[in-house]
Amino acid sequence: MNAELTNCLIVGVGGQGTILASRLMGGAAMSVGLDVRGSETIGMAQRGGSVASHVRMGRDIHSPMISPGEADVILAFEPCEGLRAMAWLKIGGMIIVCDRAVQPFSSGGAVGYDAAEVMARIVSAADRVRVLSGEYIGEKCGMRHLNIAVLGAAAACGVLPFSTADMEMAISGRFAGRIADMNKNALRTGAEMIKN
Amino acid sequence: MTMRKKLLMGNEAIGLGALRAGVSMVCGYPGTPSSEVLETIAGERAEGVYVEWSVNEKSAMEVGAGAAIAGARALVTMKQVGLNVASDPLMSLNYVGVKGGMVVMTADDPGPISSQTEQDTRHFGRYAKLAVFDPSSPEEAYTMIADAFECSEKIGRPVLFRPTTRVCHSYASVAMLDPMPRATAEGFKKDGGRWVIFPRLACANHIKIEEGLTTLADEFSDYRGNELYGGGSRRGVASGGVSWSYVREALSGSDTECKLLKVATVPFPARLGEKFIEGLESILVVEELDPVIESELISLRGKLGAKVEIRGKLSGDMPNAGENTPGDVRNAVFRFLGKDAKAAVRPSESALKLPARPPVLCAGCPHRASFYAVKEATKGRKAVFSGDIGCYTLGNAMPLDMVDTCLCMGAGITMAQGLHRVEPDTVNFAFIGDSTFFHTGIPGVLNAVYNGADIIVSVLDNSTTAMTGGQPHPGTGVTATGRVTRKADIYGVLSALGADDIQRVDAFDLSASKFAVKRAMSLPGVKAIIFSGECAALSRGKKNGSCSIDTDKCAGCAVCVKNLGCPALAMENGHASIDEAACAGCGVCGQLCGFGAIA
Ligand code: SF4
Ligand code: SF4
Repeated sequence: MNAELTNCLIVGVGGQGTILASRLMGGAAMSVGLDVRGSETIGMAQRGGSVASHVRMGRDIHSPMISPGEADVILAFEPCEGLRAMAWLKIGGMIIVCDRAVQPFSSGGAVGYDAAEVMARIVSAADRVRVLSGEYIGEKCGMRHLNIAVLGAAAACGVLPFSTADMEMAISGRFAGRIADMNKNALRTGAEMIKN
Repeated sequence: MTMRKKLLMGNEAIGLGALRAGVSMVCGYPGTPSSEVLETIAGERAEGVYVEWSVNEKSAMEVGAGAAIAGARALVTMKQVGLNVASDPLMSLNYVGVKGGMVVMTADDPGPISSQTEQDTRHFGRYAKLAVFDPSSPEEAYTMIADAFECSEKIGRPVLFRPTTRVCHSYASVAMLDPMPRATAEGFKKDGGRWVIFPRLACANHIKIEEGLTTLADEFSDYRGNELYGGGSRRGVASGGVSWSYVREALSGSDTECKLLKVATVPFPARLGEKFIEGLESILVVEELDPVIESELISLRGKLGAKVEIRGKLSGDMPNAGENTPGDVRNAVFRFLGKDAKAAVRPSESALKLPARPPVLCAGCPHRASFYAVKEATKGRKAVFSGDIGCYTLGNAMPLDMVDTCLCMGAGITMAQGLHRVEPDTVNFAFIGDSTFFHTGIPGVLNAVYNGADIIVSVLDNSTTAMTGGQPHPGTGVTATGRVTRKADIYGVLSALGADDIQRVDAFDLSASKFAVKRAMSLPGVKAIIFSGECAALSRGKKNGSCSIDTDKCAGCAVCVKNLGCPALAMENGHASIDEAACAGCGVCGQLCGFGAIA
């Protein structure tokens, strides 16, 4: 097996920014000399459906998709999507999950699910888990930057093959001015949530 | 020397690869998963490269054909169902031939993830007698598109280039290569009947096409995209497309001896196939969509009189619908090789039923308002709602439940006519988006006028091609490269077609919309209502804030939440609440509230 391979699955709800997160992650991994291969959900599901970005970083990677049981890291922007993705988590892998639920919609209103119960399932099933407070992220950098905050947390956990500084560089390479600042602020917010 | 690598999505790699190959004419119609190819090229603003979003795939194919017979390298892009629309010019163009290389990039969608069908363009290539290139990764797509241009130019016929979703929308670190020397188009040369398709020439051309395919089948055995690995083993796996990467992944680090064949072309590389079959007792074929490689191997087996057993879709060993996943392929390959397929998968979670999460119309989508207004105005009437292809197909979902039929681009308007002929006491609505209206909606309206149909054409005009990511179209007044152009006016078009009555309303104004619908229902003939309202994905950013609920006034009746299905609305602690981050401030829910609680 490929020892230096890191498989990261990013899951969430269409509109939460999984694609930007995976692109930034890929950019940071390439900046430290790794090859990157991955795959995105693009199409109808982007309108509020379940979406997943697969990011694989290392050498000699063939498949753009991660198989069940092979994700070293799962970044879940939403509890229900996090639990849905649990079958992908490797034994000993880590899931970083934001606890704020986005309730799915159907016939005339939210089909509520019990977010607390779902979070409890994730915590008990995963070997390593970090829960991020959606309320805190919303306050500090706005839910629109949730994707970047979770990236910051993951980089700070040391589960990705690059540092938070590499992530910042990737952001600078993509954005300028105020937008870059807002994204970096979100990145730091996520990183601090891990350290504290 | 370190090679410059770029993180590219498959479609970006195809676009940049085509530029590298000296393409100078690029045209297409948006369709998932193909759209980013043309967008990438348009974004590069390369000198001497003409790029357009055509009004539909047939137009794109013909614009491309014109450029190619004038000697330019032309790329035409579309999704697999788009090729159905463009098949008429393509079938004939193969007989006429081209001078400059012409590549028809048609993206297939196993799954399907965002399509109506799981048709296989390799199969279409066999039917149309065209060569097909089938890349397995973004890196391969980047160089293969240049091979496709060269092949087309050499044989003097168009070729198909067929990636699938997991190639188009996967990404990889791709090594950038220097641009290839570009030959300038020499221009169109008049040549008697050379560029005119005549029945008397067709048979002669058919003979040439068949000869060409036989030559290609041989040459493709030496083509770098078709590969043969290993020997000695009695078992072999044949694959192509993204499935090839799954096979490689399954076998990487494994010491199992196994012969491997990768097939990336139609026609099938026969000589290479013979070498593969030699000495084998059994073969597993791993491919998506139709059993194209499998049936080629079966006919080769017959020709060779070989005894090899071939397993795949036709033998029932592999699924004949849906997309392959790396996990399923690993299991199938391991089973075939008699290995233990058990991976270290965590025990599945105890059955907590997680709610499904179907896609929904965005918060602030103008279509939601239009559907709701039509629903309200038609209450008590027998009405059938024909839909079409676009975001508004999502109007099928509860609570709106306003799309009863959907078939293909432009079919709503014409199907409504057929439906009405059988049940004349029904009110027949056809919902069609602006881009779809220009694509194939116009002939349907003309058909209705000509034949005296009685329908209501509802054009949902949101000023963009929303479902595929917001591409411009003739009604937007902007081209693919951002150039300002003359704006096609839907009202004017409908009027020129002879529609009996045309109304235009603000989609977000429910009472005006309802009034327009009632008026249309009271009139005979072909009525049209244009519901104008900007797509929320466009207006986001320049929006006028969000709405909020006055909890003192809210009676908790849930009328707004239950009837609209807006994802920004929910019930919370006995009253409605609005998620301000999601709300687009469209104000539609406020028009439903009987207590003035939403502002
Ligand atoms: S105003 Fe109402 S209907 Fe419009 S987006 Fe906001 S919550 Fe949804
Ligand atoms: S992208 Fe535009 S048209 Fe599509 S659902 Fe969203 S608002 Fe409606």
